[in-house]
Amino acid sequence: MTAPISISLRVNGERVDAHVMPRLNLADFLREHLHLTGTHVGCEHGVCGACTVRVNDEIVRACLLLAVQVQDASVQTIEGLSDSGEISDLQEAFRARNALQCGYCTPGMLMAAQDLLKQQAEPSREDIREHLSGNYCRCTGYHAIIDAVEATANARRGSAR
Amino acid sequence: MKASAFAYARATGVDNALHLLASHGQGARLLAGGQSLMPAMNLRLISPDIVIDIGGLSELKGTAVQGQVMRIGALTRHADLLRSPEIATHAPLLAEAAAHVAHPAIRNRGTIGGSLAHADPAAELPACMLALDATIIARGSRGERRIAAADFFTGIFETALMADELLLAIELPIARKNSAHFFHEFARRHGDYAIAGLAVQAVVENGRFATLRVVYFALGDRPALAKAADKLVNVTVTPALVQQASATLAGELHPYEDQQASKAMRHHLARVLFQRSVAELLHRPELGGAPQ
Repeated sequence: MTAPISISLRVNGERVDAHVMPRLNLADFLREHLHLTGTHVGCEHGVCGACTVRVNDEIVRACLLLAVQVQDASVQTIEGLSDSGEISDLQEAFRARNALQCGYCTPGMLMAAQDLLKQQAEPSREDIREHLSGNYCRCTGYHAIIDAVEATANARRGSAR
Repeated sequence: MKASAFAYARATGVDNALHLLASHGQGARLLAGGQSLMPAMNLRLISPDIVIDIGGLSELKGTAVQGQVMRIGALTRHADLLRSPEIATHAPLLAEAAAHVAHPAIRNRGTIGGSLAHADPAAELPACMLALDATIIARGSRGERRIAAADFFTGIFETALMADELLLAIELPIARKNSAHFFHEFARRHGDYAIAGLAVQAVVENGRFATLRVVYFALGDRPALAKAADKLVNVTVTPALVQQASATLAGELHPYEDQQASKAMRHHLARVLFQRSVAELLHRPELGGAPQ
């Protein structure tokens, strides 16, 4: 009764066709089937944010989405954002400010931070905290992450002028 | 953990979803945004035989205003509540509450219908339904029925929905002249489930409450409309009256105790929320019950 289902979607701009079991979540599909292991799996119940990816340009929890639900959708992972150069300044700011240590939360943090920066050019530190409130980091104590996001927002405003 | 195996069906319409529900009975679960169902399945708290995906049904999406009533489709997401100009105008309480529902990535998927059908006692939207005096519209094999929010929530994760019913939409009276609302919750981290929370919808005329609906969440097994608030309607509110009303609150609320808070702490927070809401709604800071 639980048979594989065929799905077709775009991942980082490339078309993907696959057969998946209904129980397979998007995070595992990306990691195990497509070997895009930048999407991390932490809590598997939507609390930690390590698996954050973009589906149709909106951030979502890949652990709370079935692969069969992204039929016809466009998925972007940290590999896509990283390769396109979209977040190279944000990545550099994270590096410069030691906004990561073990790096486990970093892909999800970058996804959530870029989502905020796309919506708000001048976020307050409180806005940044709120937008990242669904992403756990167990190493940094968050301050350096907030600093890096704030610095990137400032720099982008500067270069936009 | 990972969800255990299940079959999957993508519903093609409401009738198709109802047909699937009826034919699979108790073993079936409806999947909308999945932000409560998927965690429960991943934790293996539930293991449905079949998941019926209604996420693509456009007939269940969006809002519409007709006369004095706004209809909100079950698949309207928290992110939509936050951004919709119609919600901001006609039900601003919902927009404010939605900002407290989990985190951006979850609000992009989670739906109002899903939140109501899930009926977590600490969730924001069920309390708003009571405050707004909403009606929940469900359809099942015996047709459509309308359920008052006050009758809908029956316990922890329990509602009046039958196993073969699907929540279609909610209807609520739009905000009238002099409407005012208040929303606040205490949580350890922004976006977490509340330790104690309050949603209030009122009409304030000439410095008095013409109507006042005060609804608590995370203070019992379901959202609770506080009758104590009736004492403040159509009278000149005094600090003594607020004290009196907040003292009688204790008798109506039946908070639970958990790792986050004791019963006494929840009673205390309930009083604090009540006093703050009255002070803010009437623009009278002296009613806020500042610590002596």
